[in-house]
Amino acid sequence: MASLDLSNRQADKTIRYSAKGFRAGWSSAVQHAVLLAGSIIFVFPLLWLVSTSLKSELQVFKVPPELIPKPFEWSNYVDMWTYFPFFQFLENTMIIVVLSMAGVLVTAPLVGYAFARLRWPGRDLSFMLLLATMMLPSQVTMIPLYLLFNQLGWVNTFLPLWVPAWFGGGAFNVFLIRQFLMSIPRDLEESAFIDGGGYATIYVRIMLPLIQPVIMTIAIFQFMGAWNDFVGPLIYLNDQSKFTLSLGLRVFQQQTGNSQGEIGMMMAATTIMIIPVIAFFFLAQKKFIEGVVLTGIKA
Amino acid sequence: MGKRNSMMRKEAMVGYLFASPWFIGLVLFTLFPIAASIRYSFMDYNILQPPVWVGLDNYKALFQDELFWISLYNTFYYVFLSVPLTMIIGLAIAMLLNADIKGIALYRTLYYMPSIVPLVAASILWAWMFDPNFGILTNIVQFFGLPAPGWLSDPAWAKNSLILMSLWGAGGGMIIYLAGLKNIPKVYYEAAEIDGAGVIHRFFKITLPLLSPTLFFQLIIGIIGSFQVFTQSFMITGGGPNDSTLFYVLYLYNNAFRFWKMGYASALAWVLFVIIMVFTWINFKLSKKWVHYDQM
Repeated sequence: MASLDLSNRQADKTIRYSAKGFRAGWSSAVQHAVLLAGSIIFVFPLLWLVSTSLKSELQVFKVPPELIPKPFEWSNYVDMWTYFPFFQFLENTMIIVVLSMAGVLVTAPLVGYAFARLRWPGRDLSFMLLLATMMLPSQVTMIPLYLLFNQLGWVNTFLPLWVPAWFGGGAFNVFLIRQFLMSIPRDLEESAFIDGGGYATIYVRIMLPLIQPVIMTIAIFQFMGAWNDFVGPLIYLNDQSKFTLSLGLRVFQQQTGNSQGEIGMMMAATTIMIIPVIAFFFLAQKKFIEGVVLTGIKA
Repeated sequence: MGKRNSMMRKEAMVGYLFASPWFIGLVLFTLFPIAASIRYSFMDYNILQPPVWVGLDNYKALFQDELFWISLYNTFYYVFLSVPLTMIIGLAIAMLLNADIKGIALYRTLYYMPSIVPLVAASILWAWMFDPNFGILTNIVQFFGLPAPGWLSDPAWAKNSLILMSLWGAGGGMIIYLAGLKNIPKVYYEAAEIDGAGVIHRFFKITLPLLSPTLFFQLIIGIIGSFQVFTQSFMITGGGPNDSTLFYVLYLYNNAFRFWKMGYASALAWVLFVIIMVFTWINFKLSKKWVHYDQM
């Protein structure tokens, strides 16, 4: 895996720019100009989001539009609460995020360990099966699963949204852990065997500490996945009191979408839903990028 | 020998024990649903009444269903434009960012950020930017003296608008291309430059071939993902105007959870599965012509 660090300052020199002093300076200026223009395009929608969320109703509908709110109007963030039970939605989201993350983090390493380090009849065939399940579009299982959970009386509860995570935590996560564990030399656990350690000891004392980096990656992706999930809550949750943030945002959009007076509030709610994701990204930037690269190339 | 055997048996037992969560999950959440889904696709089932076996009727009905063909066309249109454009833009940004200039870390972050924004949030934001009266996009286009398209209100343009929105996430692929570019040994470029190869020549003879496994992987993932496009059209257009953004999975969702035609929706799901498999297979066949695995 190529290690790629966003904060990498000693990035290798490209020949084009080291070739000749004058040309190097000039083309790096051009490069800056192009990159700057591009990043403005990419970041602009987010700026526009925050800008709209801080505008008074009057300014929101001004033609031509203005980017800078005059004055900064915080009331959208305050008024939003009366329309939008944010804390209820946040609590519901967090319950699902925490329970599904716990399921993935507890069971995916167990299964990954079994696939990578233990020999049992049928293992290779099972692994092929695991890879095959990754190619199945979720729409195929969506309907029977809904009908199954409906029969179990799980519709309109959080159960369908986190219980499945406790069964191996997804083929992809198992795959990732397995690949990582495959590269560890055998001697490590053999000496533990000689010292009289059992499988449980080896798993807890040797394997779990070794897979910390993958665990981090999986945790980040699971958080993002559960936080952003829309289709799951859309299908399974009916009562507004049980809605997650993404589903709540949808209801908010439906209720206010036509009456344009509430655009500012809606943008405030949207901003609030994005903030944790962005904050999380900045906190775990290095791990996050490593994870993307790892999953993007090795899968 | 007996001791060895018992050790192996113990290891196998532990293996099954550790893998058991996945085994149970596989049966409950994958194998059983697959079997049930095949069965439902041959049935009429609206949840309220017990399912009725109808044989191939659902599949036959598909071919006479105008909305099925419309949704299929819309989805193909989306896949064929969104996937290559996202890849080209992602690669272009990655190449620009593969340089040692000041502030490069910040640039990478800025390009990457949109791709982690939750799709629901992105949909609300873009719906506002596409607003026919006050949307910023119209103002920007007009600022440059160009006529603004009808964005989401014009059936001829609505799909393009959603494709435009998908390009906003091109930074997600950029990170992966960038990693691939960093893997290409610098000596290749140096040697090519000594031989007098120009920028374009170096791109086609060195960069593209050595990056082709990464590009291929992104292509496969991109196609599979884009065939399942749903949230944007569900949130922003609801499939309109004139069914111009009625994508396949949206139509499937409508059949299942709005019309409660579980059997018909299951048949739709299997047709989607076949389409995705065929595309993946074709791509694997074609890849032999352009993907080079000799490096990396």
